[in-house]
Amino acid sequence: MRKDNSVSVVARGLSHTYGELCSLRQIDLAAADGEVVALVGPSGCGKSTLLEIVCGLREPSVGGVEAGGAADAAGRLARCAYMPQRDLLLPWFSALDNAALALRNRGAGKAEARREAGTLFERFGLVGFEAARPDELSGGMRQRVAFLRTLVAGKPVLALDEPFAALDAISRAEMQGWLAGALRADSRTVLLVSHDIEEALYLADRVVVLSARPGRIVAELRSPAPRAPDRDAAVTDPAFVAAREAALRALHAGAAPAPGTGR
Amino acid sequence: MSVRGALRLLLPVALIAALIGLWQIAASTGWIAEALNLKPFLVPSPAEVGDALWSNRALLWENAWVTLREILFGLLAGVVVGIGLATAMRFSRVLRDAIFPLTVAVQAVPIVVIAPILVVWFGYGIGPKVVIVAFAVFFPITVNLLDGLRSVDPEAVKMMRTLDASRWAIFRRVEVPTALPSFFSGAKVAVAVAPIVALFAELAGSSSGLMRLIIQDNANFEIARVFAATVILLVIGVLLVGLTALAQRLVVTWR
Repeated sequence: MRKDNSVSVVARGLSHTYGELCSLRQIDLAAADGEVVALVGPSGCGKSTLLEIVCGLREPSVGGVEAGGAADAAGRLARCAYMPQRDLLLPWFSALDNAALALRNRGAGKAEARREAGTLFERFGLVGFEAARPDELSGGMRQRVAFLRTLVAGKPVLALDEPFAALDAISRAEMQGWLAGALRADSRTVLLVSHDIEEALYLADRVVVLSARPGRIVAELRSPAPRAPDRDAAVTDPAFVAAREAALRALHAGAAPAPGTGR
Repeated sequence: MSVRGALRLLLPVALIAALIGLWQIAASTGWIAEALNLKPFLVPSPAEVGDALWSNRALLWENAWVTLREILFGLLAGVVVGIGLATAMRFSRVLRDAIFPLTVAVQAVPIVVIAPILVVWFGYGIGPKVVIVAFAVFFPITVNLLDGLRSVDPEAVKMMRTLDASRWAIFRRVEVPTALPSFFSGAKVAVAVAPIVALFAELAGSSSGLMRLIIQDNANFEIARVFAATVILLVIGVLLVGLTALAQRLVVTWR
């Protein structure tokens, strides 16, 4: 049913308010099928709220949103898989059973679900850790299992909320390279929330910069070399450095109070 | 076994043995009886208690079996009702608002008061005792389990929802495992309370059971046999708590 280059996620004039507090204002956003779009912005700018709205976990106060062609919350929920900031692996299940959760939730038998999730363990270098409990895994491995859990759900849209924020710098760089590889192998439409401009520019095709609350889109940048196999070379390339500086400037400009608010 | 492990086993055993030894000396020499100004037969030594335990084993076992059944069936009924109530209240806000105050009120009724009434209504058999034990035991189970179910991480619930989990799947795979440690906290309270309540219930009127035997023996100055019955109750209590802790270790294998 999905056509190439069709629009997979679209938000039109989307705003969101928590009581008196306006967290998102007039967001227009589109992600094509198979495109990775990163959202960066100061903390509290409503990035996570935007992800939750797209995933159908919340409804916008104003405006419309579609994911995979569905406009209602239940339809969006069925088409999006959400990877939260903390890995949220369930400590009572093995790594494999955590990865297979979506299959089990849909009624697959234990053996069948494990077999299906197990094939991804092989592809993503987690062989030998199937039976390990989450507390026996390193931070990077936990994030990989959490990502597999999201991938196994087989949804067209992935919503990743600062997936590597909890990792140290070295593991984070490593995991970015790993995720780039995973997305090259298994292309999906991805909305990636990040506070790390380098991470956003490396992983995404396009980076959307949001302002401080209420979040508005202040800039959009195209990445020079999305998900390049050689991460270290990609992030030190002059074009990449220039794009990072442009993004930083937009971020700083957007961090100032928006016209008409504050004061 | 490590030195520390051996010590942890050895020290309490040694302490208990020493206390029993001390009691043996104090009782057999008549010091306690003298100090309390009693006839020596009212202060049995551990050896005499052991003797009473052995020579009355049929009678003691017969009555212990009654009390044990009251405790176990009462616990079983209380746990089943407790789990049922907590689950119902977790799934329905309306039910929770309706039932919870009643649960608290029911639990506040003193056992000492209702026990004699139930004996009048249902007779001297083990039935009313089971009801009374269940009555006392369901509350800690319900409250702890419900608290545990409600302590679930809302982020984990969101994650499960985007992984196509039904309400039931979230309950089964996230809420129940989250709640198990608190359930066991409730179960430990229940298990500690159950024997005491069973004895209370027997006190209100019974045709058999350890409490009935104890009352009779006390009246007839069969003090050694009273101690023997107490030893049996002690073993039952320790076993119940120990088995509950063991069950928790086997079920809750994560931290």
